[in-house]
Amino acid sequence: MCGIVGLFLKNPDLEPRLGSLLSTMLETMTGRGPDSAGFAVYGAGGAGVKLTLRGADRASLADAVAHLESRLGRGVEAVARDTHTVIDVPAALEGDVRGFLGAEAPGIDVVSAGRRMEIYKEVGLPAAVAARFDLAGMTGTHGIGHTRMATESAVTTNGAHPFSTGIDECLVHNGSLSNHNDMRRRLEREGLTFATKNDTEVAAGYLSWRMREGASLKQALESSLSDLDGFFTFVVGTETGFAVVRDPIACKPAVMAETDDYVAFGSEYRALVGLPGIASARVFEPEPAKVYAWERH
Amino acid sequence: MSSYDLNQAPLRDLNRALHALRPDTNETHWTITGPDGRHAIAVGLDAPISVEIEGNVGYYCAGMNKLASVVINGNAGVGVAENMMSGFVHVRGDVSQSAGATAHGGLLVVDGNAGARCGISMKGIDIVVKGSIGHMSAFMAQAGTLTVLGDAGEALGDSLYEARLYVRGSVKSLGADCIEKEMRDEHREQLYAKLQAAGLAGEVSPSEFRRYGSARRLYHFNVDNAGAY
Repeated sequence: MCGIVGLFLKNPDLEPRLGSLLSTMLETMTGRGPDSAGFAVYGAGGAGVKLTLRGADRASLADAVAHLESRLGRGVEAVARDTHTVIDVPAALEGDVRGFLGAEAPGIDVVSAGRRMEIYKEVGLPAAVAARFDLAGMTGTHGIGHTRMATESAVTTNGAHPFSTGIDECLVHNGSLSNHNDMRRRLEREGLTFATKNDTEVAAGYLSWRMREGASLKQALESSLSDLDGFFTFVVGTETGFAVVRDPIACKPAVMAETDDYVAFGSEYRALVGLPGIASARVFEPEPAKVYAWERH
Repeated sequence: MSSYDLNQAPLRDLNRALHALRPDTNETHWTITGPDGRHAIAVGLDAPISVEIEGNVGYYCAGMNKLASVVINGNAGVGVAENMMSGFVHVRGDVSQSAGATAHGGLLVVDGNAGARCGISMKGIDIVVKGSIGHMSAFMAQAGTLTVLGDAGEALGDSLYEARLYVRGSVKSLGADCIEKEMRDEHREQLYAKLQAAGLAGEVSPSEFRRYGSARRLYHFNVDNAGAY
């Protein structure tokens, strides 16, 4: 089943409320996905690249950051939130940091990289996950979230969405893909790497690859309609963009609302009822096989 | 008149109260506020009452309806009036997919657009959509009428039985075994009656519609038809 939500703010006055609005949307989708939850938030830009790290607990993450500082011979700005820590490192050092963490910090994963994007995900009820990371206190321009009801694979943090395969790029998915193994092999030949066997990660990788080759977010999603086989409603974020697409059969539900202040997505309308001005919003069901995309200017 | 605010009291209590009504009840007019997209509002009604819902509803609203008249002043999610037996359901906004699915009778009127699979497997309901309908509408529809003032999406009437489909606008494509058929006087009369029931008499002329129905080639599986699947 699964529930997905997304919120893209047009009015900067709402940015301080992004986290609290998104957390209400996420929690409302608990019935569609009580096993795990995750979200991506596009907040303030870091000095360099923001890497979201995930570990077993705060202590192991603090150890990893301390180790990193000694290896780099410099301080690393880190913000800890439960099992995740966001570090801000100079872009030129990102490769070194990933190398040190991969080789010398067992149990620490890099969940995402971005100038502005941070990703948090854990097993458990969406309300508990949102509270652990204080989603309600986060600010930003846009964010997406996912509540998972696991049907095809185990309830693990690795299987939770969003998935990120590129700088500031993330994707949440309701559905299942049937050609993900073949597509993963094709993308690996193009130089992409995948952390899991998950079908959704392949969809994220596919979009990263298309955009790397010069496509806009909208164009990448349009080509996904012919290259990805299966059931999907995708909600996608980039540093400045937000987009939605459903497969041509529209197997998975989707409702959108747009006002002068925001664009919002929910698997069900229930997820949108807490948004300001929803009573006068333009509420519509996105059409199958049609890409809806917004960009910040 | 009975009023019920779903932000103040549980939906199950509302449905229980509606189910407890006797056919000769004096509580014939109900107003429901605060639906906020909740699922299964006013389902399984079985009394000649009128229910008005102020706002957007979730899935299966007015499902299994019998005798009651339900007006939704908003949009409806998946499966509005699914399996309706009789009565009247009027949605003043848009509806999501599978509106009127499997319904045996009654009238469903949608002022806006309907999503995919409108009237899927309908078995006698009359559906009037003032806007357009999505793909795979009237899939395996067995009886009843589907009237669309706007356009129809892909694969209209796939594997259709005896339902009649009247479309005023364009049809993106017809499903397997669905064909356009001649509009004769009996069809214009039937369509006029449905438009009249939906409050559209005089506003829209039956002559503007085309009729689609079953070619009756798929009633029984025949290997020669395999290419049509």
